[in-house]
Amino acid sequence: MTREEVFEKLNEVFRDVFDDEEITVTDATTADDIEEWDSLEHINLLAAVEQAFGMKFNMGQVVSMKNVGEMADIILSKID
Amino acid sequence: MRELEYPFDSEDILKRSKKIKRRLLEERSDFLQKKIAVLGGSTTHDIVRVLEVFLLEQGIQPLFYESEYAQYWQDVMFDEPALAAFGPDLIFIHTSNRNIARFPGMGDTPQQIEDLLTEQYEHFQVMWDKIEKKYHCPVIQNNFEYPFYRILGNREAVDIHGRISFINRLNDKFYEYARTHAHFYINDLNYMASAYGLDRWADPLYWHMYKYAMCLQAIPEFAYNVSHIIKAVFGKNKKALVLDLDNTLWGGIVGDDGVEHLEIGQETPMGQVYAEFQGYVKAQKDIGVLLCVDSKNERDNAIAGLNHPDGTLKPEDFIVIKANWEPKSQNMAEIAQELNILPDSLVFVDDNPAEQEIVESQVAGVSVPRIGSPEQYIRVLDRSGFFEVTQLSEDDRKRNEMYKANLQRQKQAQNFGDYREYLLSLQMRATIRAFEALYMARIAQLSNKSNQFNLTTRRYTQTDIEAFATDARYITRYGKLEDKFGDNGVVSVVIGRQGSMEEIAAYQKREPILTQNSGGEILHLELWLMSCRVLKRDMEYAMMDSVVDACRDRGIGTIIGYYYPTAKNGMVREFYGQMGFEKIAEDDTGVSTWRYVIPKDYQKKNTVIEVAN
Repeated sequence: MTREEVFEKLNEVFRDVFDDEEITVTDATTADDIEEWDSLEHINLLAAVEQAFGMKFNMGQVVSMKNVGEMADIILSKID
Repeated sequence: MRELEYPFDSEDILKRSKKIKRRLLEERSDFLQKKIAVLGGSTTHDIVRVLEVFLLEQGIQPLFYESEYAQYWQDVMFDEPALAAFGPDLIFIHTSNRNIARFPGMGDTPQQIEDLLTEQYEHFQVMWDKIEKKYHCPVIQNNFEYPFYRILGNREAVDIHGRISFINRLNDKFYEYARTHAHFYINDLNYMASAYGLDRWADPLYWHMYKYAMCLQAIPEFAYNVSHIIKAVFGKNKKALVLDLDNTLWGGIVGDDGVEHLEIGQETPMGQVYAEFQGYVKAQKDIGVLLCVDSKNERDNAIAGLNHPDGTLKPEDFIVIKANWEPKSQNMAEIAQELNILPDSLVFVDDNPAEQEIVESQVAGVSVPRIGSPEQYIRVLDRSGFFEVTQLSEDDRKRNEMYKANLQRQKQAQNFGDYREYLLSLQMRATIRAFEALYMARIAQLSNKSNQFNLTTRRYTQTDIEAFATDARYITRYGKLEDKFGDNGVVSVVIGRQGSMEEIAAYQKREPILTQNSGGEILHLELWLMSCRVLKRDMEYAMMDSVVDACRDRGIGTIIGYYYPTAKNGMVREFYGQMGFEKIAEDDTGVSTWRYVIPKDYQKKNTVIEVAN
């Protein structure tokens, strides 16, 4: 999967989770950019991402992840 | 909604709950509104979010109060003002083994462990007692799940120092409290965790990262299980199982294969599966679920199949057997009518997806589980919680007989030319009295279940009912009816409040009555309901006579009745008129107000039932 394809799929997940068809995420997107993305919704978002890509984040990754770009990097490192 | 029926896709629900909620709110508007306080010992955010869609699916629109993180005990014990102001209709205490403050140490003596057990238990018990005193509402409390590791390995449950041993003993104390307190229900977290798989359930990441007592993916199954208790408490249980026969209760087609070739019994693996399923269905009957058949078959073949010597279910276990070539949806509608219950109380069980579709699309409100293949039938039905048992009463165990007796009565009615003569032949005996302790649970149940013969459709908890019984301003009456075919149990309830003419306007607007006066010259009828199983038996006249007697004892000369229209109670729109009331007002929403001035020479309206007070 290319980085572009990962972002395409991430967009779908974000749109489902926040019930907003307008969302488009980029490398620099953080929780500050999406109104409903608070620490509680974050849990649900990560679970939906894990399901979409068939992988799991470990605790260290969850703690250190800073933006959507880093999320995509971890996803790419875990899938072929 | 298909997405919310078991077996469901948990991850899909988690991801799209907002969209699902929006659609549920668009689909209907007649929700029962309930205030539910969720007091957590761990994070509750996603639990509340998912519980909400499951409750909406059941027709309950919840308004939630969530305690701050892990403040479940403090909120109750220190009278959190926000909780008090919220005024919950139900409190759900969401605790887990992470909330057990201390477990036994390996060096503890048996006495020390006993003391620790008492201490941990009392931490909860004082809170429950406080809730009972202050909030008078039903409580749902989780039990404790097993920890995901075992210091003592296989001895963990054996040795009193083991955590599993400690949790089992603590759970036993919770169950004992539940057995002795009527509005206290255990949510079996331990069962849910084991059914889900403890290793996945207890994924420590979710505790350490987010302070969730279980993994996120387990939340839908957990919330679904809680929703069953809540909807049962608020009277939304299903009442009847309507079963197909061929390939549902046995393997094969009785009309084609012949009774002797059906797969049922111990000879083949598939026969064993069907035998186990029949045993499961038969056990439903013993907890008060009504059983019926809806099958495309010649009637004789259907009966022959049900008389198979290796089958557990027999023809007499069913109240209505529809075996014919009519559309199953039409049979379903007729079954609902014959039982005098609404189609939304029926669960249709059929192996054929085409029949499932037809019934679901043609009969509004009926539940049609996708039961899968025969070896899955039991699990799907069991987990769907259609008949969640919150208490098991004598009435529940006898319900099938009562409905059967009712059908016998209907048959006999056809043999009488004169209806009054028929009523007399039933040799009816009623007991009509003010609310009594023995029947509080049943009265509350009726107030939550009755939709059709219900003038105001006010829903009450058992605690409310008990409060009316002791409040001097209230006249309460329950009515129990027996006849030569059997005992119908408590079938009618009337609640009236002594007050004044000035209060009529508030009743018409369904506003709370704020005046606290204890006397008053009139009686406002706040509730009048009757179970449809005793329609046209003149029981309503007997109730009226009793209410009039009570009014005269208190010097009340006028009775005011109110009719609040709902989607389901059209049958009683003119009820008060039929009882001799005069309509004094009707607004554009259909709310009508009726007045009855008790005549000096009041003649008893009931002449066919022998009444004991």
